[in-house]
This record gives sequence, structure tokens and C-alpha cells, in this order.
Amino acid sequence: MTVKYEAVIGLEVHAQLQTNTKIFCSCSTKFAAEPNTNVCPICLGHPGVLPKLNEKVVEFAIKMGLATNCSIREYSVSARKNYFYPDMPKGYQISQYDKPICENGYLIVHPKNGKEKKIRITRIHIEEDAGKSIHDQGDHTLIDINRSGVPLIEIVTEPDIETAEEAGLYLAKIKQIVQYLEICDGNMEEGSLRCDANISIRPVGEQKLGTRSEIKNMNSFRNVERAINYEIKRQQELLEDGGKVVQETLLWDADANQAHPMRGKEEAHDYRYFPEPDLVPIVVLDEMILEIRKQLPELPEAIKNRFILQFNLPEYDADTLTQSKDVALYFESVAKLVRDPKLASNWVMVEVLRILNEKKCKLLDFSVKPTDLAELIGLIEHNIISGKIAREVFAIMIEDNKKPGQIVREQNLTQITDEGMLKDLISSLIQKFPGEVQQYRDGKDKVFGFFVGQVMKESKGKANPRAVNNLLKDLLK
Amino acid sequence: MKNNQSCLNIVSAFKNKEASPTESVKNYLAEIDAQRELNAFNFVFSEAALHSAEAVERKIEKGTAGKLAGLVVAIKDVLSIEGKPLTCSSKILENFIPLYTATAVQKLIDEDAIIIGKTNCDEFAMGSSNENSAFGSVLNPVDHTRAPGGSSGGSAVAVAASLCDFSIGTDTGGSIRQPAAFCGVYGLKPTYSLVSRFGLTAFASSFDSIGPFGKYIDDVALALEVLAGHDPKDSTSFMSQPADYVNDLSARGEKLVIGIPDEYFSSGLQPEIKTEIEDVVSRLANAGYEIRCIKLPHTDYAIAAYYILTTAEASSNLARYDGVRFGYRGQDSRTVADMYKNTRSEGFGTEVKRRIMLGTYVLSSGYYDAYYKKAQKVRRLIKQDFEKAFGEVDIIITPTSPTTAFKLGEKTTDPLEMYLSDIFTISTNLAGIPGLNIPIGSDNQGLPIGMQLLASHFCESKLLQLGKFIEKNIL
Repeated sequence: MTVKYEAVIGLEVHAQLQTNTKIFCSCSTKFAAEPNTNVCPICLGHPGVLPKLNEKVVEFAIKMGLATNCSIREYSVSARKNYFYPDMPKGYQISQYDKPICENGYLIVHPKNGKEKKIRITRIHIEEDAGKSIHDQGDHTLIDINRSGVPLIEIVTEPDIETAEEAGLYLAKIKQIVQYLEICDGNMEEGSLRCDANISIRPVGEQKLGTRSEIKNMNSFRNVERAINYEIKRQQELLEDGGKVVQETLLWDADANQAHPMRGKEEAHDYRYFPEPDLVPIVVLDEMILEIRKQLPELPEAIKNRFILQFNLPEYDADTLTQSKDVALYFESVAKLVRDPKLASNWVMVEVLRILNEKKCKLLDFSVKPTDLAELIGLIEHNIISGKIAREVFAIMIEDNKKPGQIVREQNLTQITDEGMLKDLISSLIQKFPGEVQQYRDGKDKVFGFFVGQVMKESKGKANPRAVNNLLKDLLK
Repeated sequence: MKNNQSCLNIVSAFKNKEASPTESVKNYLAEIDAQRELNAFNFVFSEAALHSAEAVERKIEKGTAGKLAGLVVAIKDVLSIEGKPLTCSSKILENFIPLYTATAVQKLIDEDAIIIGKTNCDEFAMGSSNENSAFGSVLNPVDHTRAPGGSSGGSAVAVAASLCDFSIGTDTGGSIRQPAAFCGVYGLKPTYSLVSRFGLTAFASSFDSIGPFGKYIDDVALALEVLAGHDPKDSTSFMSQPADYVNDLSARGEKLVIGIPDEYFSSGLQPEIKTEIEDVVSRLANAGYEIRCIKLPHTDYAIAAYYILTTAEASSNLARYDGVRFGYRGQDSRTVADMYKNTRSEGFGTEVKRRIMLGTYVLSSGYYDAYYKKAQKVRRLIKQDFEKAFGEVDIIITPTSPTTAFKLGEKTTDPLEMYLSDIFTISTNLAGIPGLNIPIGSDNQGLPIGMQLLASHFCESKLLQLGKFIEKNIL
């Protein structure tokens, strides 16, 4: 008899906060600075220094809490997490333990099976990042303290996730929210968003949780899903072979598509948490929460629903357009300037996103501004150019940084809608291809396309497709 | 100039050109040299001090000199001074030069005090005899075979042996008051948070206080006035404006009510200390002070709670001494783990290691509730004892130490015996209240006897007023 298993997964996501200065000192948080230049006695952990909490960090954590339906603790406490690591200067990390700033939230994701899934968030707490150890420099390990003291929030879920797909969707949602809130750039590859997964499996119907393993070092969305699927499969095969899952920490090796156990004592930590005596408790008054709630930007879920209602977009479009805040804002600017928002949606989803992807360019740096794209779409809507010509114009806009109207004028791309001109053109084609005309009249409908192609060829693509269709139907009869 | 003047008098003598800071520094340097065997200083900054003296003289000339103009100060070697060694009397901080100056020290410098050197102490301020020092023991100037007390032994001796005008120590469980008592000087532990800890090498962060030693009560008041006040760099530092301690001294306040707790006069107290204190108390009664018996019922639990909580914090505070970024690095290490082990085994002394292990144990999983959490509860109860007592009385009088200065080496083999020498000072730090040692006499061997005054949080002015009254009218 084969047993069916289900997976139980919890995620811990670390997000680096985009504050100007570190969490406990005034050093810059700038990424990729010369090693050990953004440092001071405080983040170096010199004797006698004291931490001073950056208030922006509290504000950012509260924003994230509100955006993920958490309750915000009036009184939260910093705690020391004690362990030795060469890139952690104080020998402890200032974090939060039993009184985190945000608790009891949730997010809803929509897996492909169509059932919406609620993933509960246990807690969000504030902590400091460690420095970086650089191991590939000969015999030595070098240490860069620049990152030490960069503020983080850690977002911890309940073990509500059942599949790699749900984990991926949840993570995408977290990334989307931190970007909308502008508290983190959400870049997994650079490590500003990091994800660890706790995974166990149990026979379907079983209430008791199985032994879990923890996977770290999954530095992309793709890797998170791959690693989770890998680990579910590994545990299942282990159990099916009569083995036992041991509680351990695994490191994901993306190149090998495998997870390896972290060796040695590193995982046998007893962190000896206790309240940080150098900091006073964080007190968050209701007024502060109200103020932050007021400043909260419109969140992706709300924008998506609004796009569906306001612009009559299909859910798929609204979802795609709201994945990133820049895109949503861009689309909305375009949509407001054109007659047909769905046409705007197509253009943004297909053409704009394709170009951004190809050029690895950010929307902010994109040369075609929403007003330019709206002008181009307007030309289509007014039958001045066809969609096909519009794509050519779009390419020229990107190349030459010109306005669409100007390009159409300069290159004489205006669509031919004049029936007389088109009739003459079609008549000459009927004379030129008598055989094809006969085929069409004999019921071979496919040949119709041939004539459309020929008209377009002769008109250099400028013929109005609809007019061509109507005239061809008439004249070929 | 003979230095038996109060600091206020010395400053005005400088301002009136009756004496000069340069002369004063030279005299002290000569005195430090003459009494080198006391081993009070880890470092003496002869040139820098003379240089500062000249600068202060120019300021005096211009009339811009500060409150402490020209006073010569010794700083316990646990406080950071930019460009000067900071060792905490530990091998592990061998050759460490800090990049910044502690707020408390900066405040003294800003008022034109002259820093003459850094004083010896127990390693990382852990000890009660100044025998736990990489620089060797400090000798009690009254009797060179005896301990000066600790951990701020060097700072107490520097004042007692006239090696400076006043000095700065730190007090986590009695480390200012007990050596002050052993050496016969005034020593004040201010309310926790009244003086910024920024730049004070942490032993137990929720206990550590910085305070002055002085020959006169006025000196202590003057120093406190400069040291106290909010520091944005220390989140735990007191927000309000501190009192005007020097002026408050001369203000003859209302008659204070004095409490005497039974628990502090029990067995184990050297009889002569008891007699001396009773004598002072009866004279205070004669002078019209109301004396009441009070109870501090949780006193017995203080030592246990103190050694759990302070070692817990210390085990974490001392984790940064790992040989990675600064200070001593252990020899011949192949792996990072080896390097940690060698660095910390070779760099820390026995008592520090003992406390790190104790603190690590009480915080470890499975023991946290039984030790750390329970000790926190005891701490609250002890605080409540004092709150209740201060609802009835203004000042509590107790002995500072159960004995006068003991012999060097007498307690070094028995840590528990050593811990008990702080039995009367520890509760103060658990509660965070201020305490003052007043030298009130000597025992039949000529060793100083100290009496401790305690007051409620931020009531330093009351302590100083009663101290002044005792200094002037009772002794």
C-alpha cells in the first residue's frame, strides 16, 4: 500500500530595509561600497559603544505589518541573539524575540487550482544584518563589515504552505508589497530579500507534524520553488525507504540542483536570547499607527481590483500590470489618456515589458514616457496607423527618442483609408493574379489572406486593414 | 601647593592666579611617580596632561575656562578616551586604542578638567579587591598589605593617596562605594541612567553606573554636576534635566527622615563598623533628624540575583572580544573556532572566565526560566522593597562593606567569600538607586570605615545634602 504524503512548509523571509542609515548608527547603508568604509565604532562593536535605534526602521516595519494584516504591538522589546561568527562584530545580533513589533497577520495567494489560500504570518520583527565573510581570497577569509547593522525585517509564516507553488506565490507577494511600500528593493539576487524554508511532510490525514529540515541559501524565486520540490521529494523517498528525516539545516546548491547539509556545530545553536539592556522598549502609540496607515500607498491587491472595475480589464491583465508598482503607475497614466484601456493594457504588457526585459532596463529609466505611448495608441485608435505600423513606430521611438506623431509624419506612415485608392490597388491585383481569384471564387477561403498580404505589401503596410477586408470581400465576389 | 583643598577652592585659586594648573600637574606627576608601588595607574599621560594644563591656563587668561578648569582627574581604565589605550586591565585588550571618547570623559574635558591617566581596576570591572588585573594588584595606601577594594581600586587609591584632584570609577555592584570605604574617601554611585554609559566598556549593561571619587563631599557634587545629563547616544540615559548639585549642597533642605534597615546590621558585620555607624546615627538623631527602623525583606536574595543577572549580561557583552577585529588574538590557531578558543582562553583572566561561563549557563535553553527569569523577579521585588522604604524615609543608612580592607590574597581562592564583600552595595544596583560612601572613621588597626547613604532614584541632592551635614557637623 502506498501512503500519500502532504508537505507542511513555513517560510522566513528577511528583507533589507532601504533606510539611508544603519539601524543603530549613522553609517550609510549603501550597497557595493568599498569594503569596510561604511563603518564606525558602533557597527564595529568596539568596547563601550551603544546602539541607538533608527526610527525609520520602526516606521518601515509597521508599514509592512499593516500591509500584511498584522496587529502592531504597543510595546515591543529588542533582544540579543547570542552566537559567535567572525562577521558579526558584537558576538550577538540585536533582534526581537518574544515581543516582536508585528504579529498575527496573513496574506492570500491564488494558486492555479483556483482555490484561494490564506497564509498566516506569525510575526514580523526588526533586526540588524551581519557583515559579510569573503571566503574565496586564497587561504584567508576576509571580512567586510559594511553590511553589519543594515536594518532587516524578518517575516515568519505559520506552516500553512503546502506546495512550492504556494511558497513562490507568497514570496512574490511579499516582494511586491515591500516594493510598493518602498521599504526594500526586493532583489533576491543581491540578497536584499532572502528566504529560508522549513519543510516537513506527513501522511495525508495525519495531524502530527513530521520532523522538519530547514533550507537556506535559495537566492532566487526559481530556486525557492526548485529547492522546496527537491526537499519534499527527498523526504518522501527517505520515508518510503523506511528511513527517518533528521532535523537539520540544508544549504541549497543551485548549480547542482541539490541541497547539502550544513556541516558541524553551526546548527547546534543555543542563542541564549535575553532582552537587550542597551535599548528601551519600542513603544508604538495608536496615533503613530494611524499616521502610518494614512500614508500607506494603495497596495497591489487594491490597485488590481480597481483596474478591473475602473478600466474593465480582465483579471489576468490587472494581475500582470500590478506585479510591480512602476508598471501599474505607468499603465494607469497611459490608460487615462486613451479611449481603450484594454489596448493600453496590451501595449504595456506585451511591448513595454518585453523591451524592458530585453534591455534589462527599469521603467523609471525608460525613454518612452506614458504620454508618448498614449499618443501612439491614439494614432491607432484614430485609424491613422495600424497596429503593425505602430509597433514599427514604437521601435523607432525607442531608437531615436522621437515622438510618434513626428515619426509617422516624417516617414509618411499614415494609413490609407481612402476607398478609391484602395479599390484601384485591389483591382490591379485582381488583374495580376487571375488564378488566385478563381481559387477563391471556387471556395478556397485561404486565398483571401494572400490578397490581404499583397495589398499590405503594395501599400507598404499602410493600408487600413479593416477597409482592405471589406473591399476585398466585395471585389473578389 | 598642598592638595588638601576642595576642588571648588582649587579652581578658584587657579582663576585668581594663586596657583597654576601646570604646577599642579607637575606635583601630581611627581607624586604618582613617588608612589608608583601603589600601582594605581595603568597609564599616565604626562605630556598630554602638561599640554592640557597650558591650554587651560590660556583659557583662564581669556576668562573662558570651564567649571573644572585645571582640576587633575584620573579615569578608570574601562572608559574610552580617543587615542589613549583602553585595556579594562585585561590582556585581551592589549594594545587597543579607541577611536572615540566616552561621553562622561568628554564632559569632563569640555569643562577643562585635565586627564592625568587611566587607573587600574579589576579586569572588566569584575572583582572586589582589584586583584583581578593584568596589571597586578593595587595596594591600599593606608596599609600596603591590604586590598584597596574593587573594582575601581585604582581610582579610589588615586584620590586617597593624593595622586589627583578627583577620579572617576564605575559601579556595577559596589565598585565605587566599597573601594571608597576601604580607602577612606567619598565615592558616589549615581542613579542608573543619570550618567551616560556611552564609552563605558560594558560589564552588566543594566547595572553599570559611572561616578566620582573625591576627598570632600563638594568634590563629588561638582563632578556629578558635570557628568550627569541626557546623552542622545545612550538610549537608556535619563531624559530630564539633572539637578544643580553644587548649589543644592548649600541649600539647607527640610529635615530628612533616615531609615535603618535591620537586614544590614546582622551577623557578619565587623563590630567596629556597627559601633561607628550607630554613633553617627545617634548624633544625627541628636541633631534633630528623625530615625526610623525599616525593612528590606528581600535583601537575602540580592547576591544570588545579582550574580545571575550581571553574569548573563556580561557573557553577552564580552562576546565581542574574539580576536577577529581588535585586541589580543590567540596564537597558533588553525580554525576560526580555535582562534576564538585560544584568544579567549589566553586573553581573559580566571574571574572573567568564571563569570562568562556562569552567565552562559543561566541563559542557556532549559535554564533561562529557572535562573534568569527568576532573578529578574527578585530584582523587581528588591526594587519594590526600596520603593516602599522610600515612601517612609528619605535616606537609608547602612554599612558600605561588612569589613574594613582585607589582606591582599585573603579571599582570592574563595570567589564566594569575595562576592560577599559586596553584600551591602549590590541591592542598590539591582534597584538602580544612588548610593554614597562616606568615610566616617577607622577601626582599631587604623583602617577606614565607610558608611553608605542610599536615596530614591534621582535623589542625589538629598544624599549630598546629608553627606555635607555629616562631613561638616558630625565627623
